[in-house]
Amino acid sequence: MRVAILGATQGMGRAIARLLAERGDQVFVLGIEPEELARTSADLQAHSPSHMPVGAALCDLADPSTFAAALDAAEADLGDVECVVVTAAIFATQDTLEEDLDRTELLLRLNFTNTVVFCEHVRRRLLQRGGGTLCVFSSVAGDRGRKPVVLYGAAKAGLSHYLEGLDHRHHEDGLRVITVKPGFVKTGMTAGLKPPPFAGEPVAVAASVVRAIDRGTPVVYAPGIWRLVMLVICALPRFIMRKVGF
Amino acid sequence: MAGLGDQGQTIAGWGNIGVPGHEVLSERLERASADAVLSRGLGRSYGDSALPPPSSREVLGTRLADRILSFDPASGRLRAEAGLSLHELNRLLLRRGYFTPVTPGTQFVTLGGMVAADVHGKNHHVAGCFGSDHTRMVRLRVADGRILEVTRESHPDLFYATCGGMGLTGHILEVELDLKRIPSPWIYAESRRIADIDEFLAALAEYERFPYVVGWIDCLSRGRKMGRGILDGGRWATAAEAGAKPLPKVPSPSVPLMFPNWVLNDLTAKAFNTLYYWKHLAKEKKGLRHPDSFFYPLDMIRHWNRIYGRKGFTQYQCVIPEDSGRDGVVRFLEALTAMGGASFLCVIKSCGPESKGTLSFPRRGTTIALDIPARSGTQALVDALNRVLLDEGGRIYLAKDTFTRAEDFRRMDPRLEQFQAVRDVWDPERKLRSAQSVRLFGDPE
Repeated sequence: MRVAILGATQGMGRAIARLLAERGDQVFVLGIEPEELARTSADLQAHSPSHMPVGAALCDLADPSTFAAALDAAEADLGDVECVVVTAAIFATQDTLEEDLDRTELLLRLNFTNTVVFCEHVRRRLLQRGGGTLCVFSSVAGDRGRKPVVLYGAAKAGLSHYLEGLDHRHHEDGLRVITVKPGFVKTGMTAGLKPPPFAGEPVAVAASVVRAIDRGTPVVYAPGIWRLVMLVICALPRFIMRKVGF
Repeated sequence: MAGLGDQGQTIAGWGNIGVPGHEVLSERLERASADAVLSRGLGRSYGDSALPPPSSREVLGTRLADRILSFDPASGRLRAEAGLSLHELNRLLLRRGYFTPVTPGTQFVTLGGMVAADVHGKNHHVAGCFGSDHTRMVRLRVADGRILEVTRESHPDLFYATCGGMGLTGHILEVELDLKRIPSPWIYAESRRIADIDEFLAALAEYERFPYVVGWIDCLSRGRKMGRGILDGGRWATAAEAGAKPLPKVPSPSVPLMFPNWVLNDLTAKAFNTLYYWKHLAKEKKGLRHPDSFFYPLDMIRHWNRIYGRKGFTQYQCVIPEDSGRDGVVRFLEALTAMGGASFLCVIKSCGPESKGTLSFPRRGTTIALDIPARSGTQALVDALNRVLLDEGGRIYLAKDTFTRAEDFRRMDPRLEQFQAVRDVWDPERKLRSAQSVRLFGDPE
């Protein structure tokens, strides 16, 4: 498989890229910092059984004008892009966001608007080649409005909604849309936060995401237990949600 | 999700004796190390080497910074971020014919940790230590904030103080070394059941024909049976011996929860040791062994440290110098068995010459390592063992230690002065410190 990954330099994107490289898939990495991209390319090359060099291009989620060129570069390097994975996003706690409107605006714009715009670029390209897979990281935070993730969750809810619509609209055209909803995963993004019960490890999450890509599973909770957790949370009446801290 | 802070968290070494504090993980060590007092890898040092000093309560966790930055299949030269684990390295490269020149008894360690503890392994008698004898370069963030590429040529004092320096000379960001080519991924091993300490010491010498040697002794048996055990020797199997057999994946069950403290007592320890001894029914065994079971038998049971319960345990590892000879080892074992520190595991091996690492643990002689459950008498037991050790002129291994007293350590390891002199140059204010350096080296809290 030939895969371009936006966000491969860090966290779950890194873990997914490694898993793919390790089993011989051709990977192309997209990210913001040239130095970080070079380090990740080298790492993926070492993970590849044939020691295949891994290409990279700059792509900044904050700057949609970089999207087309980045995807062009991926196509040029891989020959054909069959799958695009998007793990890039930013995170901030609700308390931080409430104090900082600029940051709130940035988070909403990157995690929703710009992510959707990036996906639209990908959608066109994949449909043009007769189909392919678009795998995007949303979050369990988007499943229900909750106290600790009011703003972050709102952006993710919008993203999940968009991805679901995309799946409905283009499944027949061969577009496989995979919405990943991670619960708490111990990565650099969540460093400094106390892990709740059921916190996942990036490697395990990556394995379930890659399995979903292979099978075309439309929605993946990772770790899987979060499907159950969210089912319960979504069923709780409003008066309880107002009381509890999660 | 909660915010930053301690939140009543504790952080512990492998011995599960915790202090208040927590670890902040980062994928970007260069950024995260700017204000940190100490880096911590996978937390496999037993004692307080990777624990924060009381006033700071926070260490930088490196295990997410684990990228391979370059690897040359032709020469085996590898450069990686300090948080890369040996487990991951072996998973990727053992099949492809590369192995670390020196491995400790667990693969759940990071490259940075291996340099910081200047780890040794079953091949110490021929290969020396991981840091001082095999590491080519460490990229180090020193206390004043600078980032240096440190080699034995560029900064000899700093390099050798860093190898075995327990992370106190700077934050190790990257490590470069040459991996060894191996003829097959299998080990050809011989093992022998040994009746007493004299036979053991003789066999240890005889087994030095193997590059990898380690012995296990039943340190609960006294008298005639004192020092009975099993000795393991091995080398990489040749391609012809190994055939085309691929390495199977070894299952690793986990100890799911802390055992109650009473589970480990003199009786169960004795039963375990007797069983382990007689499990090796044949006097001698030969054949191919999986490298995981040969190098990392304890890794097969994840979280095995939980069998010691909530109170935790310590490992006492010392080296008895060659000058003390057979009698020195016997005196130590006699003292140990007389004091009766119930130990599931007691490991013995011969060490080769001392490496250049300023505080590097091994020196020519016999090293003995044993696990001691933490109980009310543990401090007294360690003090007593240290008195015996001081008489023999031996020393302890910092990566294992929790209970040694500062004055005892100073007497055991006069090299400390030299180490502190290097720190005086690079970190006169002792910005970088650990719970252990406060306890043993007199660093400010």
